[in-house]
Amino acid sequence: MVVPVIELTGIVKSFGPVDVLKGVDLKAFAGKVTALVGDNGAGKSTLVKGLAGVQPYDGGSVKFNGEEVTLHTPREASALGIEVVYQDLALAENLDIVQNMFLGREDTRFGTLDEGTMERQASETLQGLSVRTVKSVRQKVSSLSGGQRQTVAIARSVLKNAKVVILDEPTAALGVAQTEQVLNLVRRLADSGVAVIIISHNLVDVFKVADYISVLYLGTMVASIATADTNSDDVVGYITGSKTYKGQNV
Amino acid sequence: MTSTPATPPPTIGSGHEGSISDQISAYFRGVRQGEMGALPAIGGFLVLVILFSFLDANFLTPLNFANLLTQAATLMMLAMALVFVILLGEIDLSAGVTSGVGASIFIVLVHNFDVHWIASLIIALITGFAIGSFIGVFVAKVGIPSFVVTLGLFLGFQGLQLIIIGSGGAYRIGNETPEISAIMNKNMPIWLGWTFLVIALVLAIAIALWDRARRTRAGVANRPLALMWARLGAISIAGVLFVALLSLNRAPSRGSLNGVAIETNAIEGVPIVVPIAIAILWAGTFILDRTRFGRHLYAVGGNPEAARRAGIKVASIRITAFIICSTLAVVSGIFDASRIGVVTAATGSQIVLSGVAAAVVGGVSLFGGRGRLTHAAIGALVIAVIANGLGLLGLPAGINFLVTGGVLILAAAFDAVSRKRAGGALTR
Repeated sequence: MVVPVIELTGIVKSFGPVDVLKGVDLKAFAGKVTALVGDNGAGKSTLVKGLAGVQPYDGGSVKFNGEEVTLHTPREASALGIEVVYQDLALAENLDIVQNMFLGREDTRFGTLDEGTMERQASETLQGLSVRTVKSVRQKVSSLSGGQRQTVAIARSVLKNAKVVILDEPTAALGVAQTEQVLNLVRRLADSGVAVIIISHNLVDVFKVADYISVLYLGTMVASIATADTNSDDVVGYITGSKTYKGQNV
Repeated sequence: MTSTPATPPPTIGSGHEGSISDQISAYFRGVRQGEMGALPAIGGFLVLVILFSFLDANFLTPLNFANLLTQAATLMMLAMALVFVILLGEIDLSAGVTSGVGASIFIVLVHNFDVHWIASLIIALITGFAIGSFIGVFVAKVGIPSFVVTLGLFLGFQGLQLIIIGSGGAYRIGNETPEISAIMNKNMPIWLGWTFLVIALVLAIAIALWDRARRTRAGVANRPLALMWARLGAISIAGVLFVALLSLNRAPSRGSLNGVAIETNAIEGVPIVVPIAIAILWAGTFILDRTRFGRHLYAVGGNPEAARRAGIKVASIRITAFIICSTLAVVSGIFDASRIGVVTAATGSQIVLSGVAAAVVGGVSLFGGRGRLTHAAIGALVIAVIANGLGLLGLPAGINFLVTGGVLILAAAFDAVSRKRAGGALTR
């Protein structure tokens, strides 16, 4: 049995009297894309914020490569190689691609920015992800399309050898062609050995890119299935609570 | 699910590749897309210079050129100070009165307390530092909009200055500290002007070569070497012309009396303020372009949330920017005192909005994240040349304000239209 990079067991989290996560299990494997789906308010964001260390869980165990770890601060999460690409991307439009990819972790030499080294690493990372939509790494982010921005945000997350990349609705605001590009990028990201967790409302995208699908329903993980073993109708049923998964969870 | 394409992806460029003509066309493409920088301000400056030199014979003379520099220096320093906070999308309405408070503290210490002028200067700068820290903490930690905090200080410091100086008081700079008075009113010996030019050019060449060496070591493309030399050559020619012009004797000739020429003392050499202003401009630009602090300042100005998530300490960046602004504002206050010759309770109370105008005319965005110190310096030159030229023409002061306001709106409109036409990539 392959050891998952991330293994959450019995995660609980509540905000005051509201139990948002009621004992959730989740696994993510290296080189695989795990889709996290569920209706609004199911607890997807809360689950992800806990992994990012932004909102620590109240209870449950987090295993990283089989070892128990704590995720109380964003720093702990990123030290383990867990990176989150949020839906609003959080890029500085007035800066160029290299500057955004290295924001907050710039390389310096003699106290001054080492632009050449950063530039080379940025273009190597983009090329490693087979990005072909970007002409120059010195383009301002303001001049990029939505898909290109998503690409930059993802490339930023993998720049420092991320082990786990969590993508929050990466295709939500994109057109057809750009969605295709981003999904290809997600696939290549996983193929490079990263464990990818993707949150999406778009089941077409999920079935196109994911290896596993985990369904949250009102704070409970109701199904974790290999994509090949299920279909869209069933997943919609699990999401809305009109069907119950009887099989074995992954 | 799509498989990874078999063909290797095309190399991603960085804008440094290609021949000189590629580089030039890339530059003009950027300009067409709204990356104008200080171009409108430079254009405006040239138009004004040409206009005034036709209208008044005294405008394009070495004497007036030197006058223009000293007239612009105070505003230039204040505008450069403001750039640090404007880049964050913040504003410091109290920068002008901070400059006045700094100058007041300086002169009162020298005059009333017999403190050495260097010690007084340091205490004045520390006062600026403290004022900046105060504003920064209230903006970044307490969370009051900078407009409100600095508006409060703008009102309060006028009173503070009145208390320091005393009602109706006026302190003469020249008698107390000839050293400070010299900044604006004395010139360097001609050889010293040339020495500074050589130092500046050697420094510029060394940094350009160092940048190339660093990029080569990192294994990334460099712009054509010829382009670098062309740029440095242009800077050298401009520098030589600048120093040569200021090395001419610009004392007005007094004609002759009974066939004997009246001797006047020679006025020649680069004004002392010039190397000081250029050094501060250079140091500030170095910090903004080449240090992590500078990069983070632009990031916070562009998207504070992105900066926060990237692990940047947004509050300390904000506080530092306000500290730099207020400290440089005190420098501008000292410049002002040096040029005017007296410090009164009103010193610095009028200048702050001109400083903001200079930054905006030069192409600094009030929304934050876009602009450079040189932009503010050029903007200050534009505003100073309006006052200078209209003053020579003997037009009433009201016209000066009207024209300055018109140029500000024109510059902002030019910037907005060029960006909109480029597709509104950046709506600010």
